[in-house]
This record gives sequence, C-alpha cells and structure tokens, in this order.
Amino acid sequence: MKILVCISKAPDTTSKIAFTDGNTKFDENGVQYIVNPYDEWYALVRALELKEANGGSVTIVTVGTAADEAVIRKALAIGADEAVRIDAEPVDAYYTAMQIAEYAKSNAFDLILTGKETINYNGSQVGGMIAEAMNMPYASLATKLDVSGNTATIDMEIVGGLEVADVQLPAVISCAKGMAEQRIPNMRGIMAARTKPLNVVAPAAIEPLTSFESYEMPAAKSACKMIDPANMDELVSLLHNEAKVI
Amino acid sequence: MSTLVYINSSNGIAKSGFEAITYAKKLGGDVVAVTNGNLAADQLGKLGEYGASKVLVDRSIVSNDPVQLTNLIAKAAETVGADTIVFSHDLVAKSVAPRLSVKLKAGLVAGAIDVPNGDKVKVNVFSGKAFGYVKLHSAKRIISLLPNSFQPEATGSACGVEDFNADAGTNSITVKDVKKPEGEIPLPEAELVVSAGRGLKGPENWGIVEDLAHALGAATACSRPVADIGWRPHHEHVGQTGVAIRPNLYIAAGISGAIQHLAGVNGSKVIVVINTDPEAPFFKAADYGVVGDAFEVLPRLTEAVKKFKASH
Ligand SMILES: Cc1cc2nc3c(=O)[nH]c(=O)nc-3n(C[C@H](O)[C@H](O)[C@H](O)COP(=O)(O)OP(=O)(O)OC[C@H]3O[C@@H](n4cnc5c(N)ncnc54)[C@H](O)[C@@H]3O)c2cc1C
Ligand SMILES: Nc1ncnc2c1ncn2[C@@H]1O[C@H](COP(=O)(O)O)[C@@H](O)[C@H]1O
Repeated sequence: MKILVCISKAPDTTSKIAFTDGNTKFDENGVQYIVNPYDEWYALVRALELKEANGGSVTIVTVGTAADEAVIRKALAIGADEAVRIDAEPVDAYYTAMQIAEYAKSNAFDLILTGKETINYNGSQVGGMIAEAMNMPYASLATKLDVSGNTATIDMEIVGGLEVADVQLPAVISCAKGMAEQRIPNMRGIMAARTKPLNVVAPAAIEPLTSFESYEMPAAKSACKMIDPANMDELVSLLHNEAKVI
Repeated sequence: MSTLVYINSSNGIAKSGFEAITYAKKLGGDVVAVTNGNLAADQLGKLGEYGASKVLVDRSIVSNDPVQLTNLIAKAAETVGADTIVFSHDLVAKSVAPRLSVKLKAGLVAGAIDVPNGDKVKVNVFSGKAFGYVKLHSAKRIISLLPNSFQPEATGSACGVEDFNADAGTNSITVKDVKKPEGEIPLPEAELVVSAGRGLKGPENWGIVEDLAHALGAATACSRPVADIGWRPHHEHVGQTGVAIRPNLYIAAGISGAIQHLAGVNGSKVIVVINTDPEAPFFKAADYGVVGDAFEVLPRLTEAVKKFKASH
C-alpha cells in the first residue's frame, strides 16, 4: 500500500504571536517551527503503523520553501521513507491542495492522509480540496483508521458522537486525536533521515482563491475580578446581572 | 444577489443553523436555505422567521455524505443563482465546504466571525490567539460561520418548503454504525461549559464537576492530561490539540491555564477560574477568579446556582 501524508509546518505551540510590516506578516522572529501536531502525531504515525502491518511505503509531501526542510527532516526521522517538497509558498488552502493533487495524480497513492487542521490557520480545508480535485472520497476528522484490502474502516467524529464507516480506497482521510500515539524519534531515525530522499518538485501554475490581507491581536482582557471563595452567591449574581450569561 | 445557506438538520435545526440564516440576511439580498434528510416541513419553515425566503429539501439524501451534499449544494446554488454560500462551521461543513470550494472554484473562508467588510472577512487564526482578514479573489464565495458568533434574530414569519431533487448520485462513505452517548450536551454546541484539570486529582472526584454542570445545564470538558491519563473521555479534551469551543460561559477548576489550553477556550465570552494557586496563569485570561480549593468551591457554587435557579 502506498500512503501519502501531507505535512505542514506550524509555529511551536508556545510561540509568541506577533505581526510585522503593518500587521500584514506573521513575525517569525524567534519562532521555532515544528511539524503540525495533527500531521505528526496522528496522520504520520498511523501511516507508519499501517505500513509496518501491511507493507508498502510512506511518502510525505509539503508545499513550502527551502526553509521548511528542517521540519521535513524531523518527519523523516520519525520514519517516513521519502519526502517531496513542492517548492512554493503555500498561499492559501486551495493553492496548497491543488499542488498536492497535481503531484499525487501521477503517483497512484492508495491513501492520502492529512491532519485535522493546521494550528496556525485552523482551516481544516486542504484534505477535502485534494479529494474533490482527485475525485476521491473524503472522510474528515477520523479518530480511528484500519485498512483491509481495498476498504478503510474509520471512526469519524459527528456532532455529539461517532460514526463508524467504510470508505473505498483510494481515499483522502483527515486524522484527529485518538488515531495513534505520538512517537519520539530515536537517534537511529535522526541519522537515517539525513540520507533519505527529499525530492524538490516545481509547483504547477495555480491561482489562489483567497489571501490573508492583515492580522490583528485581540484587545487585552480587563483585569480579572476576584471573588471570595466563601461567597459563591456573589459569583452567581455577577454572572447573572453583570456578565448576563446565566 | 442571493445567498444560499446549507442547514444541517440531522438532529433538528441547531441554534447555529438559525445563526447562519441571520448572518446570511445581514449580507443583503435574498436568502434561500437548502437541506437534506427528513425533518418535518413545519420545522424547516421556521427558518423563514430568521430571514429565509424558502427552504429547498432533498429528502433522498439520508446521511450527510460529503459528495452527495456537495452535489446538492452546487445544484441548489445554480438553481437560485447564489453567489454566496453560507455554512455553520460544524463537522459537516468541514467535510463538505472544501469540496464545494474546488467544485465551484469559490474561495472558502473557514470560521468567519464577522460579516464581510468589502471583500475581506474576519477569522480566528493561531488557534484563537489572533484575528486575520481573508480577502476573496473569486467571483463566488463560501463562508463558514463560527458557531456562537452571531445571535439568531427572529424577525419574520415561517417560509415555504419545497422538495428539491438534486440527483446527487451515490454515497461516497458507507455509514455502518452511529454511537451517541445518551442525554449529554455536545461540547461544541454548549453555551455553558464546566471544565476541570489535574487539580481534581482523580476520576473519582468528577462528581462535583458533573453536579455543577447539571445545576447549570452545562456540558463538561477537561484539560489534555486528564484525557490522556484516561480520567475523562477524549472528546472532552479542549485546547489547541483538542476541541476549540466558544461558549458564553467557561468555568475552569484545577486547570493551570497553559497556553495550549487557552488556545481552545479563549473565544469564550466569560471565563471563571477556580484555582488554589493565585499565580496560576489562567487568572490572566479570566473575567472572574476564585482563589480556593475546588473541592470546597465547586459544591458551594453548585448550591448557589441551585438557589438562584429556584428563585428565577
Ligand atoms: C504541543 C502541545 C499541545 C498541547 N495541547 C493541549 C490542549 O489542547 N489542551 C490542554 O489542556 N493542554 C494541552 N497541552 C498541555 C498543556 O501544556 C498543559 O500541560 C496542560 O494544559 C495542563 O493541564 P492542567 O492544567 O489540568 O494540569 P496542571 O498544569 O498540572 O495544573 C493543575 C492546576 O490545578 C491547580 N490545583 C491543584 N489542586 C487544586 C485544588 N484542590 N483546587 C483548585 N485548583 C487546584 C494547580 O494550582 C494547577 O494550576 C499541550 C501541550 C503541548 C506541548
Ligand atoms: N503547506 C502544506 N503542505 C502540505 N500539507 C499541508 C500544507 N498545509 C496544510 N497541509 C495539510 O492539510 C491539513 C489541513 O490544513 P488546513 O486546511 O490549513 O487546516 C494539515 O493538517 C496538513 O496535513
């Protein structure tokens, strides 16, 4: 089974969020990039488990610039066989998805996995867009994934519960918490990652449909009102009369 | 100019469905709703009270299959000549709106929190730590509205409901089983949430959290370590890597307020923090703070809520 895992970079979860150039650019000063947690912990690790059980290969793909190669090597260290970097700035989800679809069309993958969402833009868009472009089924937010023959069986989040469903391969599936356990790369993996193939391919000509024009920080919270722990009637009365939430 | 709103009616119409109609009405122009499944016509007609001029329903699509819904919405948009399609940013929208965006070559704004200002729409970015303005370059647009960003406004009267056959094709996913815990309020939709963390010391102590949730009519949530060690089910985990919620009230007991936790809850309108440590970082993000032992404060708060409910 040939599996493609879509890997994006994301600022480390403790990064200070700030903007430059008149609030039009994310301030990368001092920001450490990591593999987007959903892509690494769930999509990539589950792909590796499926390969270990059934054979096949795991390729990772990233739409990004040369600066992203450190993050790509991290994902290789966890165990992917090879990496592909589509050499372009990922302008929007549509642009990114169309690039990945163009690449995947010539490579006959059985399964394409994405993370639930990127933790910087939180769009949850790329997977569904790849699926439509490739005319494949798309199951979003799977928390469990098994493959038998040509069928993937998944648990999928629905409002207030779970759906158990079958999807015929090839398919695109986005991966959420529960699907696998995070793996810490070992020394051998890190050494091996240095020599694994990282192929750079030129982007296709795609026009993005959207772009981020500017950013804004939320207004600072006003000071927290402290309430005497012995006087919960006061808290209830504030929640009713002042905050008007109960 | 007209706007088409997809309504997820699989469990009746959620409040977020009425919010989406109210939002579409604010865009100006005619608002048409489209849905699938088998909700009764009088219930669907209620969408008219919020601004829909009619509801199109394709009863042949029984599940929320992403490919069938994409075909349904594309066909309906063509029929009514809609240039804007609105979703509520729920789990169905996340599986359908991206497909539809590619099919119609319509730019998608996922998680909008305000009406467009010209061709720009405000969204949350960096897991709620900042806002971004997305510019649309396409002629058609899809806006997926973050729940609880707009209050539904009922101003009109019920509208007509028409059968609509989209010939949406076969399903792409075969649903074999649905598992729903009985009687619980689904967390992403809850307006009031009571949450607890490692400060509660063990799963056997969650009774005091549930008691407060019951008294308020709230859903329960937890921090990530609590779900990871198995004290609480995974679907209760909120934060950067869990569910992102934006209820009207979020009460957090025994949670330190790590940045990754805040990322999932900082859209809440009002935050109450209960913690023994006055230096806990969560107090910086809170509106009301109680420095105290959750084992004493939670039962006391539950009693105060019951007393309040009895007199209101
Ligand atoms: C990449 C990444 C992603 C993450 N994603 C998430 C996420 O999505 N959600 C999340 O929650 N965390 C997430 N975390 C973990 C996060 O950093 C914190 O470790 C976690 O939120 C701490 O949980 P806690 O507040 O329950 O526990 P602790 O940090 O142990 O805090 C317990 C708190 O309880 C207080 N306390 C103790 N006893 C009492 C008492 N009797 N009464 C009242 N208060 C008491 C203590 O003073 C303390 O403040 C993530 C971490 C990383 C690295
Ligand atoms: N630049 C990128 N390169 C490769 N995959 C990506 C990229 N951006 C997003 N993805 C994938 O798409 C998923 C959803 O991203 P998003 O639509 O931005 O929330 C991520 O979890 C990744 O798996």
